[in-house]
Amino acid sequence: MTQPSCSFLGCGVMDDDDDRSWVMEDYAGGVPKWCPGCGDHAILTAVERLLEAEQLPPERTVFVSGIGCSSRFPHYLTTYGFHGIHGRALPIATGVKLRRPDLDVFVVMGDGDCCSIGAGHWIHAVRYNVKMVALLLDNGIYGLTKNQTSPTTPQGHTSNTQPRGSYLVPLNPLTATLGVSNASFVAQTADWIPAHLYATVQAAFRHNGFAFVRVLQRCPQYTTDLFEAAVRNPDLVEMLVHPDGVEAPELDKIFKNRRVHDPKDLDMGRHLAEGFDRLRLGVFFRDESRQRYDDLRRQPVHTAQEKIARLNREFDKYAV
Amino acid sequence: MSGSTTTAPRRARSPKAGGPVVLRVPEHTTEVVSDSGEGAQRCGQIFGMVSAKMGNGAWTVEIIPAEIQPPARTPGSASGIRIRIGTRPMTNWGDAANVVVAFNEQVLLARHRLDALAEDAIILIEDQWETHDDEDIRKQWAEAMVELSTRGYRIIGVPMETQCLTVTDNPRKGKNMFALGLLCWIYGRDLDVAREAIRLQFRKKAKEVAESNIALLDLGYGWAEAHLDFRVDVPIEKPTEPMVVMNGNQTLAMGAIASGMELCAMYPITPATSVSHYLGEVFEDFGGIVHQAEDEIAAVGVAIGAGYAGKVAFTVTSGPGLALKTEFLGLATMTEVPLVVLDVQRGGPSTGLPTKVEQGDLLSSLFGAPGDAPKVVIAPATIEECFHLVITARRIAEALRCVVIVLTDANLATGVQPFPRPQFDPRWQSGPPDLRPVAEGVKPYDWDPETGLSRRFIPGQPGGMHTLTGLSHDEASKVAYDPESHERGCAMRSRKLAVLQQTLKPPEVYGEPEGDLLVVGWGSTKGAIEEAVDRARAQGLRVSSLHLRFLSPLEPGLAGIFARFRKVATVEINYSDRLGDPYITKESRRMGQLAFLLRAATLVDVDCWTRVPGQPLRPKQILEGIDAMMPGSQR
Repeated sequence: MTQPSCSFLGCGVMDDDDDRSWVMEDYAGGVPKWCPGCGDHAILTAVERLLEAEQLPPERTVFVSGIGCSSRFPHYLTTYGFHGIHGRALPIATGVKLRRPDLDVFVVMGDGDCCSIGAGHWIHAVRYNVKMVALLLDNGIYGLTKNQTSPTTPQGHTSNTQPRGSYLVPLNPLTATLGVSNASFVAQTADWIPAHLYATVQAAFRHNGFAFVRVLQRCPQYTTDLFEAAVRNPDLVEMLVHPDGVEAPELDKIFKNRRVHDPKDLDMGRHLAEGFDRLRLGVFFRDESRQRYDDLRRQPVHTAQEKIARLNREFDKYAV
Repeated sequence: MSGSTTTAPRRARSPKAGGPVVLRVPEHTTEVVSDSGEGAQRCGQIFGMVSAKMGNGAWTVEIIPAEIQPPARTPGSASGIRIRIGTRPMTNWGDAANVVVAFNEQVLLARHRLDALAEDAIILIEDQWETHDDEDIRKQWAEAMVELSTRGYRIIGVPMETQCLTVTDNPRKGKNMFALGLLCWIYGRDLDVAREAIRLQFRKKAKEVAESNIALLDLGYGWAEAHLDFRVDVPIEKPTEPMVVMNGNQTLAMGAIASGMELCAMYPITPATSVSHYLGEVFEDFGGIVHQAEDEIAAVGVAIGAGYAGKVAFTVTSGPGLALKTEFLGLATMTEVPLVVLDVQRGGPSTGLPTKVEQGDLLSSLFGAPGDAPKVVIAPATIEECFHLVITARRIAEALRCVVIVLTDANLATGVQPFPRPQFDPRWQSGPPDLRPVAEGVKPYDWDPETGLSRRFIPGQPGGMHTLTGLSHDEASKVAYDPESHERGCAMRSRKLAVLQQTLKPPEVYGEPEGDLLVVGWGSTKGAIEEAVDRARAQGLRVSSLHLRFLSPLEPGLAGIFARFRKVATVEINYSDRLGDPYITKESRRMGQLAFLLRAATLVDVDCWTRVPGQPLRPKQILEGIDAMMPGSQR
C-alpha cells in the first residue's frame, strides 16, 4: 500500500476496499514458447501461484527482464512488464521502484544476463538493497543464442564457443552475492522441486529488501545433464531449514539431509554457499535490518506552488 | 597609456596628483591566470557575477588545464578565466584580454603564446619571482620578460604574496580574493555586492571562511587604490527587467527543476558533473533526487525505469557517457518511454579533451544507436536557453514518447551570463502519474496512423497490463517479426519527428535575408558568429547568419532560406578536413557535423569552416573564416 511519506498520495491507486480478487489464470499471459522440459515453465507456475496467494493487483505488479530465454518471462504474464536489454534489467527495476514505491517489482534474469554482461549492475543492486525480488534463472548456458558458455557453465562442459570444454571453474553466484556489502537475502532453489521453489519465491517476496534467488535449472537442449545426479538422488541435496528461512515440511520425507541454518549467520551462510561437498537449497542469509536505498531516498510531496516559491527563493540568490 | 617596453615590470607607484587616469570604454576583457589550484576561476566567477549584478553585460570562459595538479609555474599549469564585460549584453568571450592579473610569469607566457592578450594589455603580476631566492626562478622570470617584451604590454609588479601575508598565513589560498580586490577597484565595482557574492560562493563553508576572503578582497582593493594610476569605466545601463546571473550547468539544473522532472540519474563525467553537484545540493527540497549510479549505462537505465513508471527522468553526461548509453537510448526509442538526456559535450574522440569545448556529439546523438532510432536533438545557444530548452525537452519527450537529447558544451557549462529572470509556470510541474484505467480495447501503441502518437501506459493503470519490449512489436506490444509490423513500427516512431517539425517556425536570419554568404551555426557559438558577421558587414561583406536550436528534426524552411544566398557554410567546433590538405578532395573531404546534415537534408552544396582548438571560437577567427569562405575567395 502507498506509504504516507511517498509522493504518490492521491494518485488514484486502488484503496483497501478494493474487493477484486484474482486466481492463477488471471495472471497468465501469452502461451510460453520455451522448450518442453525447460525449467522456466516451473518457475512461471510458482510465480503465478505466488501472485494468487498474495492477491497482488496485476496492474500494480511489474516484471522487468533482460535478454535471454528466461527474459521472455514477462510476456507470459498479465501484469505490467518491461522486457529490456541484455544485462540491464536491474537498473530499470531500480528506476521503477525509486519513483513508484507503490508497485511490486520482480526481476527475471538468466545467468548470462546477471552474472556476465550485467554483473556490474548485479553487485550494485545487491548493495542498494531496493525492495524487489530478483530471480536468477541459472541453467549454466546461453540457450537462446544456441549453446555458448556462460559464467556458471561447469568446467569442462563443451559448447559452441568452447568446444574443448569450458576452461574455468564456474562463478558461484551465491558467494558472489553474499560477498557484497548490504546484501540482505540470498537463497537457492531448484526447478525440479516445485514445493521448495514456491516456498523460496514466497519468502523472497515477503522479504523487506532486495531478495536474490538463484534457481538451479537445466536447459533441455544444452545442459540436460546438469544436476542430473541430484535430480535422481535426493540424498545428494542438503536442505537448509529454519523458521526464518524456507520450510517445506511436505518435502521432509524425500530430502533426508536437512541442516538447521539460521539465516542471520552470515559467516556460516558463506561457508555453506561454497558448496564444495554438496548441493544446498534454502536461505543462506537474511537480514531485514539492512538499509534500503529506496527508503533512504524517499522524498516528501511538494505542490507545484511550493516548488515555484522555492525556485524563486533560489533565483533570488542569483538576482542582478 | 603607453605600453612599457622594458624587460622588467614597473614598480607600481602612488597615483599621480589628480587621481588615476580613467579609461571609459563600452566593453573590456580581463583575465585572471594562476597555477592550477590557486583559485583564479573562483576570482573571475565572482568578478563576472558582481559585474552582472551591477548591470553590466558579462560573459565568462574558464581556462582549464587538463590535469588536476600539473607542475606549478609552467605554461601547462595555466588555469584561469576570462571575463568580458560591457555596457551591452555580452554574447561571447571576445578576442583578446585588455587587463590581466597573473600569479606568475609562466602562466602569463602561456596566454601570451596563445595570442590571448591585446597588444596594449595591462598586466598585473605577482612580483615575488623576480627577486626569488631560487636562482632558476629568477632566471625564468628574466627570460619570460624578454619574450613578453616583443609586445606592447604594460607590466606592473604587485607584491601579492607579501600583502596577503598581512592577513592570512596561507597566501596560496588567498591571492585570488586579493586579485578580485584589485579588479574591483580598477573597474569601480561595488564592494558590498562583491562581499555578498563571496558569501554566496562560500555558503557551504564555515562563516569565517567567507569573512577571511572578504578581508583579502578589501586588502586588494585598498592596495590598488593606493598604488595604481588607471581605472576602467564600463558604463552601466540598468536592465529594464529583472535579471539573474549563473553558469550554464547551474541553469540546466534549474531548468530541470522547473520542468517538473524529479529524478536525475547520472555517473560523474567532466564537464557535466557540476549539474548534479548543484542538484545534489537543492533537488531534495523539491522532492527530487540525484541518483549516482554505478555506471553510465545504469544511470540511463534508472532514468528509463522511472520514465516507464510514470515520471519523466533525465540523465546528464558527456560524449563518452553518451556512447555507453546508446543501447539504452535505442530501447527507450523502441519502447517509446520518455527520456531527457543532457549532454555537456567535450573534446573527443575517446577520453579526448575532458575539460575543453567541442561540438562533437551531434552525429552520434542522431545516429548513435543500432537500427533506425529517431530521437529529438536540440541545442541551446545561450545560458538562458539552457533553462528553457530543458523544459521544452521534457514536454517533447512526454508528448511524443521519445528520447530528447539536449546538447550543450563546456563553454556554456562553466560560462556565466546574466539573463532575464524566468517566470515559472505551474503547468511545467508534473502531477502524480495518471493512473486512470485504460478503456477496453485500447492498445499500448495505439498509434494514430497520421501522427504516430499514442497514449502512454503507466504501471498502475488498471486494464493496461502489457509488456514493453525492445523487440520489434505490434500495436499490442506483442513481439512481431513480420515485415509489415516492423515497417509500421519504424514509420510510426519516425513520423513523430515530422509532426514535431510541423510545429516549428522557420529560423530567423541574422542580418539581411539574402546575400553572398550565409553562416549557419548551432550551440554556444551564436554570440561569436553574430559578432563576426557584424564586423564582416561593417567591412562591406554581404554576410548573414542563422542559428539552429533544433537539429533533429531540423527547423523547417532551410532550403528556401539557403536559396537566397550565393553560398552557405557552417561554422562549428568539430573536425572537418580542409581542402588543399594531402588527399583531401571534394570527394574525400569529411565535413563538419552540421554541414553533413544540412547537405543531406537540403541538397545544397553547404561548405564548412570548423576548428577544434579546445576552446571557444573568437570572433576574429570566425571573421577570418568568413573571409576565406566568401564566394570567389582564393583559398
